[in-house]
Amino acid sequence: MPQDKNRQFLEFEKPIKELFDDIEGLKQKAEKSKIDLSDPIRKLEERVIETRKAITQNLTPWQKVQLSRHPDRPYTLKYIDKLTTDFVELFGDRNVRDDKAMVGGFASLDGRTVMIIGQQKGINTKARQLRNFGMANPEGYRKALRLMKLAEKFNKPVITLIDTPGAYPGLEAEERGQGEAIARNIYEMMRLKVPVICVVIGEGASGGALGIGVGDRVFMLENTWYTVISPESCSSILWRSWDQKEKAAEQLKLTPDYMHQFGLIDEIIPEPVGGAHWDYQEAANLLKPYLLNTLNELGQLTPEQRIEKRIEKFNKMGFYDEVAQ
Amino acid sequence: MKQEEDFEANLAGEEGQSEETKTSWFKRIKKGILTSTAEKKETPEGLWSKCPECGYICTVTELRENMFVCPKCAYHHRIGSSEYFDIIFDDDQYEILYENIRSKDFLHFTDLKSYEKRLQETWAKTDITDSVRVAKGTVKSNDLVIACMDFEFIGGSLGSVMGERIARAATLCLEKRIPLMIICKSGGARMMESAFSLMQLAKVSGKLSQLTDAGIPYISLLTDPSFGGISASFGMLGDLNIAEPGALIGFAGPRVIKETIKKDLPEGFQRSEFLLEHGFLDFIVPRKELKEKLATVLSLFKN
Ligand SMILES: [Zn+2]
Repeated sequence: MPQDKNRQFLEFEKPIKELFDDIEGLKQKAEKSKIDLSDPIRKLEERVIETRKAITQNLTPWQKVQLSRHPDRPYTLKYIDKLTTDFVELFGDRNVRDDKAMVGGFASLDGRTVMIIGQQKGINTKARQLRNFGMANPEGYRKALRLMKLAEKFNKPVITLIDTPGAYPGLEAEERGQGEAIARNIYEMMRLKVPVICVVIGEGASGGALGIGVGDRVFMLENTWYTVISPESCSSILWRSWDQKEKAAEQLKLTPDYMHQFGLIDEIIPEPVGGAHWDYQEAANLLKPYLLNTLNELGQLTPEQRIEKRIEKFNKMGFYDEVAQ
Repeated sequence: MKQEEDFEANLAGEEGQSEETKTSWFKRIKKGILTSTAEKKETPEGLWSKCPECGYICTVTELRENMFVCPKCAYHHRIGSSEYFDIIFDDDQYEILYENIRSKDFLHFTDLKSYEKRLQETWAKTDITDSVRVAKGTVKSNDLVIACMDFEFIGGSLGSVMGERIARAATLCLEKRIPLMIICKSGGARMMESAFSLMQLAKVSGKLSQLTDAGIPYISLLTDPSFGGISASFGMLGDLNIAEPGALIGFAGPRVIKETIKKDLPEGFQRSEFLLEHGFLDFIVPRKELKEKLATVLSLFKN
């Protein structure tokens, strides 16, 4: 987690930055003049919390998209670090290469072994390049599938953490079958004998997200989005302009509350006040009980029951009229 | 740099830019009444068609007799579900199913127009009821259920109706133990259905998984174009993945890839022949051999 002085602020988070500057000013003053200013500082710190709360209570869909992309936001490896112990990262698809945009491995979640997999974004310029901005190539999806099959072999549940602006639209990605790789994952996840829980922890864009997104339960963290296309691309296609991303975000109804209302996800997981980037440990602590309870619940069912329910769950999704003929 | 084809206008429910993404040259005549079995469609006689590949000019009638394959260069024109059903099924006999399942504007989605209005406009200009039609018939006496996409209906976009019609087709195949074929022809997602559109990938994949368990064959025929969610799900999940010659098939559209890598795409990129070369197709089948080949495969599976 960044120290408060290194934090980055989105446009609508600026009021918090101003309070931070005031606090810093008072601290320096106290230091210099040796006057006790702890009271006014504490008051300002309380206002920081209130402001964080106020900001996240009134987010537009587009602001929620921005928050999901916050540069300080915790990514998959951070959640693994804060949620689990004994994480053993496993690399490679056994075919082409290791895709750094997709990570995973066995770990211990409160004493029980799970396979945890997710897209990984970089935390600085260099790492962002290395992680390809969380956009996996086919080998990333095949690596994820290899790990899921490994989990199945040893009868360990699978947890996926989704955070991607989409699967990578590259030349080599097409050569190596980006579509096929995602299709295979969707199909195989539907048939996995072990429990599968999917959590959108940031961006849930399109097939790139669904490629690790088929599970017995699908959750979304509070400040995330999930739909078929990014608001920017949707704007460019349907509005013929890149400038309507805010409208597109609204129209797509891509926020967790809508997704839950539509029955497309099962739970909305709360984040720390103001967003997961304010406290990584707390973000993990808020998620953990949902994972543990769900694993217990899913453990009551036989593999056949889980698969049948999983297929039925997705089979119900869709809206249409049945007209009289 | 050369212009790469995209299907974005079609996905927005408008007519495409290039000759082949337009549907106007070969418009269906609105029949008025929907029938459960096929009727011979009226072809606008004397309408001329120009091959976008070699420029060869002939009448639509001549083209139809040639299964809409250019007599000169073998270019495969884009055709609709009725044409495929006529080409594949025995004696033009087939039963159209699930036509009563229709799209609706559940999300009240509005871009430049409301989705509701787009649907009304699309229904008004075609007798196609959505982007996929399901039919049951026989191919040289082998039973087959086909779900065939129509590019002319909002770019063949993948929405709830496509998902539901295909899911029901798969259920029928399970009950009657009949092989399933999906003929893909789509620019991508029905964006106006947002996440519901995306979830159709999982929905149909789940049904295909049941076909696998029941040992029922599923064939995916990819035609020009097959993009986005189609290739990221059932389009690539066939026991056999086959394609027409020269079809554009891929996950990301050519224009998006070009903008990402900032280079011209190699000749033949994302064409059927390219996919065959890279190991993603079982074979390429010219339209004129399609029925024969299908019958052979179906009887090999059966006997
Ligand atoms: Zn020609």
